[in-house]
This record gives sequence, structure tokens and C-alpha cells, in this order.
Amino acid sequence: MIQLEDVSVERNGRQILKDINIEVRTGETLGIIGPTGAGKTTLLRVMDLIEVPSKGRVLFRGEAPKNESEKLAARRRIGVVFQRPLMLRGTVYDNVAYGLRIRRLSKDEIDKRVKAALSDVGLEGYERRPARMLSGGEMQRVALARALAISPEILLLDEPTANLDPRTSYVIEDLISSAKMRGMTVVISTHDLPQAVRLADRIVIIMDGRVVSSGSPDLLMGSDSDEVREFLHAGMLRHLDRRFIHELTRISH
Amino acid sequence: MDEITRGFIRAIELILELNPEVIEVTLRSFLIALSSVTIASLINVPLGSLIYFHHFPGRSGLINLIQTLYSIPTVTVGLFVFLLISREGPLGSCGLLYTPYGMIIGQSVLITPVILGLTISALSNVSDDLRDTAISLGADRFQTIRTVIAEARGPVLAALLLGFGRALSEVGVAMMIGGNIRGYTRVLTTAIALETSMGNLEMSIALGLILISIALVVNTVVGRLQEW
Ligand SMILES: Nc1ncnc2c1ncn2[C@@H]1O[C@H](COP(=O)(O)OP(=O)(O)OP(=O)(O)O)[C@@H](O)[C@H]1O
Ligand SMILES: [Mg+2]
Repeated sequence: MIQLEDVSVERNGRQILKDINIEVRTGETLGIIGPTGAGKTTLLRVMDLIEVPSKGRVLFRGEAPKNESEKLAARRRIGVVFQRPLMLRGTVYDNVAYGLRIRRLSKDEIDKRVKAALSDVGLEGYERRPARMLSGGEMQRVALARALAISPEILLLDEPTANLDPRTSYVIEDLISSAKMRGMTVVISTHDLPQAVRLADRIVIIMDGRVVSSGSPDLLMGSDSDEVREFLHAGMLRHLDRRFIHELTRISH
Repeated sequence: MDEITRGFIRAIELILELNPEVIEVTLRSFLIALSSVTIASLINVPLGSLIYFHHFPGRSGLINLIQTLYSIPTVTVGLFVFLLISREGPLGSCGLLYTPYGMIIGQSVLITPVILGLTISALSNVSDDLRDTAISLGADRFQTIRTVIAEARGPVLAALLLGFGRALSEVGVAMMIGGNIRGYTRVLTTAIALETSMGNLEMSIALGLILISIALVVNTVVGRLQEW
């Protein structure tokens, strides 16, 4: 679906991504994990054709978009939720409808899709709320609804549950799973290793702008790189904590 | 009672009794300034968007130049446009000198830097992330520009209003290009200048009060718009 070939990104004389080769296969869910500052966000921006790599090529469905209009056409088939999503001016409805209006869909169709997307993310009845007054977690969900409403072929999610409480995180994870079930290709970046294990068919670990390892979740656990194992084990420890906390909240309810 | 106090009282009476001359001059001022700001914004808001969205060599120098021209003396613009549209000038054959149309051209030129510069800075204050959000949702170039302008609508409108205020209160262009012809090109500022020099204080105070009130309203609204 999306292929990065020898992609490097340099900003202000710093190498943020170095010779990245990644293929996102149609229908798969690819997890991108890595410590903070590793370049996950930059990577997703490259995949969304917003960030122009200083080196290398990005192929969308086997072809590298040559000009702005080809990029736009590709981008219109990609849904993305940024790490700290911004709300556009106006209501929740306006935000979810934005992508549909610029694609010139009919009013009825827009209405239908906005309703469906909002109910998918558990925000029924939020249509008329001013989007910028929402809480961080609500904005995150509006951003997801906004991306889903355009029925993208591929969904890029940058730490989609980082701002959410465990309960809402699971709602979102379910949503991602069901999008995946419907055949949507998903790329999800996360700090949260267990989440990557739960959702992803394949995981790419990046550190310091490089792909240090990739493969199925199980395969990675047996990696012979100390760096990778250390990172994964730290992640699994946190996972145990989370399980514990989750258990506690379940009992107390 | 001294002359000035009497002047003030008479001036307020002139305004309250809707003196035809006062009304006429005020309306003409409004109309000419409004036309100028309309023309200037039709040209400069799109132009400002272009400059905002494109990175080219000399861009920051250009923006600096535009900002320097905010406070260009009105008589300089008056002279420039005069040379352009006077009988011997390149546009001399259009017969624009000493007409309201000539004034509109002159004021449009005068307020171009303000509107252009403030539009660019209004757009620049919209965060890049917001622009990226629009792009990532599939906006093409034009739709992105529209969204960014919508985000900056308060400051952009404030820029237009400031342009309006400057056009309304300037005297250089109105005098040199308009010629202060009674019933034709006479506006608030040139009327004040003339009435004062003729010792007709009550009339000039009345017009001055109107001008100040308009300026006050404009400034208040501009302040509000910045946060809208
Ligand atoms: N425009 C830029 N100019 C300079 N450095 C940048 C720029 N954008 C990102 N960086 C740097 O590139 C590195 C990678 O950033 P990126 O946001 O992609 O990391 P990340 O993996 O998403 O981190 P996090 O998990 O904290 O979100 C960071 O060190 C960041 O400071
Ligand atoms: Mg990030």
C-alpha cells in the first residue's frame, strides 16, 4: 500500500530518519514502536506525503506521486490522526464533515457519514458542540471520527490512545480492530508495546531514526539485539503494571 | 463664552440637526474609503495568501519592505498617483485627476501595504499544524488557503478595518488627487482643513468630532476582532 525506499529526513542539519525501508502491506496492521524522539511522528508524516524526505522515495500503491496533484489524490485515500490533533474552527460536526465537504459529497451523504463516524467513536450527540472546547480525549476521538468519515484505504494513527483513560483506550482499540476486520490497512505508532502486540500483525521498532528491527510480535521478543530486548522488556513491565491497574479499576466498578 | 466653547456647542447642534453638508461629506468619505478598502482587499488578501504560501528568495526582504510602507506619508502616495494620472502621466487619458475615482485609486495604493502586510502576518499566526490538518484531510491548495483564512478571519478583518480607518482619515491623497471640490470630491479631512483655514470653526469641529468617533469605533472593533 505504502512503501518507503531509503527514506531519510533531515531538518536543521539533523538526521531525523535514516535510510528507512518499510513496506505497509495492504490489509495489514503495522505497529511502529520506539522511544520518544525516535522519529515515529516524522515517519507517519512521510507516509501521509506531508513531510518531503530529503532522500529516498515514497510509493503509494506502487507509484511515487510525481507532483502536487498526484500527492493530493494519494493523500485523499489516506486517513490520519496526528499525535496532538488540532480541531478546526467550528463545531464537532464541521470538523468531521470537513474532509467530506472538500470532496464535495452531497449534504445527505455527509450527514449520514458524520453521524456514523461520531457514533463509532462514542460521541453521539456531540455534533453541535464547539470543537475547541472539548477535552483532549474527546478531541482525539473527533480526530479519529474525522479520519474514518472519509472511508480511507489506509489509516495512519500517531499514538491514538496516549491521551485517553484505559476504558476509552479500549473503545478505540476495538474500533481499530474492527476497521482492520473490514480490510482497512492500519499503521499505528505507539509507546505502548502491549497495545502494539494486541493490534499489530507486524511491528517495526525504530530508534534514533533507524529501523532496528521488524517482524511479527513474537519474533521480536526473541530478538538477539540487546537494545531491542531491553526496550521490549521495559515495555512488558509497564504492561504488567497496566494489567494490574486495569484489574483494580474493574474490581472497583 | 469663548469662541471655542461656542464652536463646540454649535458643532454638536450641526451634527444633531443632521446638517445636510455634514451628512453629505461624511457619506462621501465613507463611500470612497469603503470602495478603496474593497478594491485593496480584493487584490491584497489573495496576494498576501500567495506570499504566505510560497517560499521564494527575497521573501523576508519583501515582507520587511511592506511593513516599512505601513506608515508611508500620504502625500508621497498622493504625488505618486498624481504623476500616474495627471494629464501627462501614463494614465492621463482616463481623466481620473480630481475625481472620486482617482481618490479611490490613490487610497487603495495607500492602504495596500497595511492590508497586505497584516494579512500575511495574520495567516502566519495560524499554526503550521493547523494547515497540515487541513492538508491531511485532503484539502487542495485553494481549500487549504480558504481554511487558513477562515482561521485567521478576525485578524484579517481587523487588517481591512485598519485600512478603512487609514483611508478615511488620510488627507494627502484626498487633497492632491481629489482636489477638495465641493459636492464632488470633498471629504471629511479636506473639508476640515478648508473650514478651519476659513475660520469656520463650528463646521470643522463638527466634522472633526465625526472623524474621531469613527476612529474610536474602528479601533474598538479592531481590538475585538483580533480575538474573534
Ligand atoms: N522540524 C523539526 N526540526 C528539527 N528537529 C525536529 C523537527 N521535527 C522533529 N524533530 C526532531 O526529530 C526527532 C524525532 O521526532 P518525532 O516527533 O518524529 O519523534 P517521535 O518518535 O514521534 O517522538 P514521541 O514519541 O515523543 O512523539 C526528535 O528528536 C525531534 O526533536
Ligand atoms: Mg510522536
